[in-house]
Amino acid sequence: MNKVEKPERKLVLPGELVAEGEIAFQWSPYIIKIDNKLYSTVLGLAETRENKVNVIPLQGNFYYPKVGDLVIGFIKDVEAFGWIIDIKAPYSAYLPASNYLGRPANNGEDLTKYLEIGEYIIAKIEQFDRSVDPILMARGKGLGRITSGGVIDISTVKVPRVIGKGKAMLEMLAKETGCEILVAQNGRIWFQCPDKQREDVLLLSVYTIEKESHTKGLTDRIKQLIREKLGVEKIGEA
Amino acid sequence: MEKPKLIIGEKRSDGRLFDQLRPTQMKVGILKNANGSSLVQMGDTKVIAAVYGPREVHPRHLALPDRAILRVRYHMTPFSTNQRKNPAPTRREIEISKVIREALEPSVISNLFPRTAIDIFIEVLQADAGTRTAAIMAASLALADGGIPMKDLVSAVAVGKVEGNLVLDLNEEEDNYGEADLPIAIMPSLGNITLLQMNGEMSEEELKKAIELAMKGIRELYEMQKEALRQKYVLEE
Amino acid sequence: MSITPSNDRIVSNLKKETIIHLISKGIRGDGRKLNSYRPISIERGVAKKAEGSALVKIGDTEVIAGVKMSIDKPYEDTPDQGNLIVNVELLPLASPTFEPGPPDENAIEIARTIDRSLRDTKAINLKELCITQSQQVWTTWIDIYVLNHGGNLVDASMLAALAALKDTRVPKVEVKDGKITKTQETFQMPLVRNVVTVTVGKVGNYMIVDPSLEEEDILDSKIVFAITEDEKIGGIQKIFGSLTINELNEAINMVKNSYKQLIDAFKNI
Repeated sequence: MNKVEKPERKLVLPGELVAEGEIAFQWSPYIIKIDNKLYSTVLGLAETRENKVNVIPLQGNFYYPKVGDLVIGFIKDVEAFGWIIDIKAPYSAYLPASNYLGRPANNGEDLTKYLEIGEYIIAKIEQFDRSVDPILMARGKGLGRITSGGVIDISTVKVPRVIGKGKAMLEMLAKETGCEILVAQNGRIWFQCPDKQREDVLLLSVYTIEKESHTKGLTDRIKQLIREKLGVEKIGEA
Repeated sequence: MEKPKLIIGEKRSDGRLFDQLRPTQMKVGILKNANGSSLVQMGDTKVIAAVYGPREVHPRHLALPDRAILRVRYHMTPFSTNQRKNPAPTRREIEISKVIREALEPSVISNLFPRTAIDIFIEVLQADAGTRTAAIMAASLALADGGIPMKDLVSAVAVGKVEGNLVLDLNEEEDNYGEADLPIAIMPSLGNITLLQMNGEMSEEELKKAIELAMKGIRELYEMQKEALRQKYVLEE
Repeated sequence: MSITPSNDRIVSNLKKETIIHLISKGIRGDGRKLNSYRPISIERGVAKKAEGSALVKIGDTEVIAGVKMSIDKPYEDTPDQGNLIVNVELLPLASPTFEPGPPDENAIEIARTIDRSLRDTKAINLKELCITQSQQVWTTWIDIYVLNHGGNLVDASMLAALAALKDTRVPKVEVKDGKITKTQETFQMPLVRNVVTVTVGKVGNYMIVDPSLEEEDILDSKIVFAITEDEKIGGIQKIFGSLTINELNEAINMVKNSYKQLIDAFKNI
């Protein structure tokens, strides 16, 4: 018989004991090990499942870059050989011209022709470590300049909740609103909706998820909310 | 100026017992733009704190290659005291900014964010003694509110000697006319003292007793800090 | 704004390990015991135009203090007492790390710590420095200038201030119909209590007193205690780092075991 383990979740604070003894955990900035004890370093949710412990932060609005992450960047400055991009991280990111144009910038070339200050782009973190600012890659499938739709900011710690376990929340949002949605790891969401009403409902849903991210049964509640707001338009759906 | 009567029997001039804190209020997330913020009020002392960061450091040469720097500003508004206080930073504010930074450094896990700055701004709106200890607690709350990883919260309180008696959480009158004032900040879970000052005169015995008394106050304040952080989430649990 | 300082380490990790190893055996790099001060020398009357002055050396640290007296209005809440103002400057000539400019937070911290230690212990009988109540009092200006930074600036500065005070002759004045006339006589600065500061540093599990420049570079925490000749604690200032309550008690014991070296040096001048 299969036993389903229900993960235990507890609200924890900086300095609070999360686990003791021989317990596995993956290094994260949210857990610290002193002697044989594990403590939380932030206000968050401590999750213990199958003898492995994890702390999910509930507060914080900065993105800590990770190589391979998908981000939505905001062009802050144009330089001779690339662009300076805000990715809501403690560090500015740099997009070399070759990582967008496929070729290096020519001397004296005006790069604003391709990307201007104030525009958004979808990119991947190509390189980042403790000694160098993040380098972005914006050439490839699904990457590049955002030309339509809208972009909103959410708290970076809420990103996992908006995506949901196995993308459950994200898929539900897309299905119920009929909008195209892209959630970037750095706390920005791109969306394109068939009409203004659905856009408003989507934004309200995202706002609600942010506010109630630590609660249970959220996916179903949001589904209900969307359906209420749109009126039940699809006949026969349970 | 005649010295007011500070101790009446077993009570203090404001009716408190020797080991009693002033009525305390703590709130987090009170400023929209700051990454983290808080308000702490103890009796008539009221301070707000805001945290920005971790963020890039300008000028670049201030940055450290292996950790974030802390930049702390403690400032009193001109209307926070009985006599208007000149808004220009005084030597006292400069010293207090330093001791507050030194009180918070051991708690912040700064090596997670090399080459950045974590900025902490504290404004005293009402000053009635204990501003630096209220400031430290407010700063610690604001750091937690901003999701900055820390080893522990920092709690702080001042113990004083008034007419020979050791009392907890001095008010302004007691601070002005008392014989000693000992502000102390500690990371309660780890037992690390991060702020310790004393002005006045104490025997070694009195000093040890004063610290014991401070610990009692700190245990209460630590719980209040945790409650203030849990507030937003408690309704659902 | 107070900013985390750049940590320009001068001591290599290897040297740090050596120093810690020696300390664990109860001796320091220069052969001292954990609670011993470096050689202390105090010279009086080194600045002739000052009403009082002294030059103090502790090891390589050199600090000069001068006392100047002026007649001013008293502070509102102490109309029958003289004023006391303490200033400390970390001169650029004292260390490659000191820059010219107004006193920074470190200098201000030292000055205010010394001020509190003198004021709170009532080391100076400020009432004797009152000329006419609520109108005219003597202001005692203590200016402390660090000439060479060899570690432990606070203890040397405090000792220099104390010695300069002992060296101070206050002009005697006559008051007639509200007018002040100076006489040729002077009286001894009313220094009624001797106060010194003891700086304790924590290195790993050990406490040391009077850290040298190299030792300061590797300390985990540093804390200053003001102590009077009759063993009353007249002030505490944690300078940096953190310590547990047990470590604090250890530090207090260190202070009691070492402060007499400063008092003895002072008594000889």
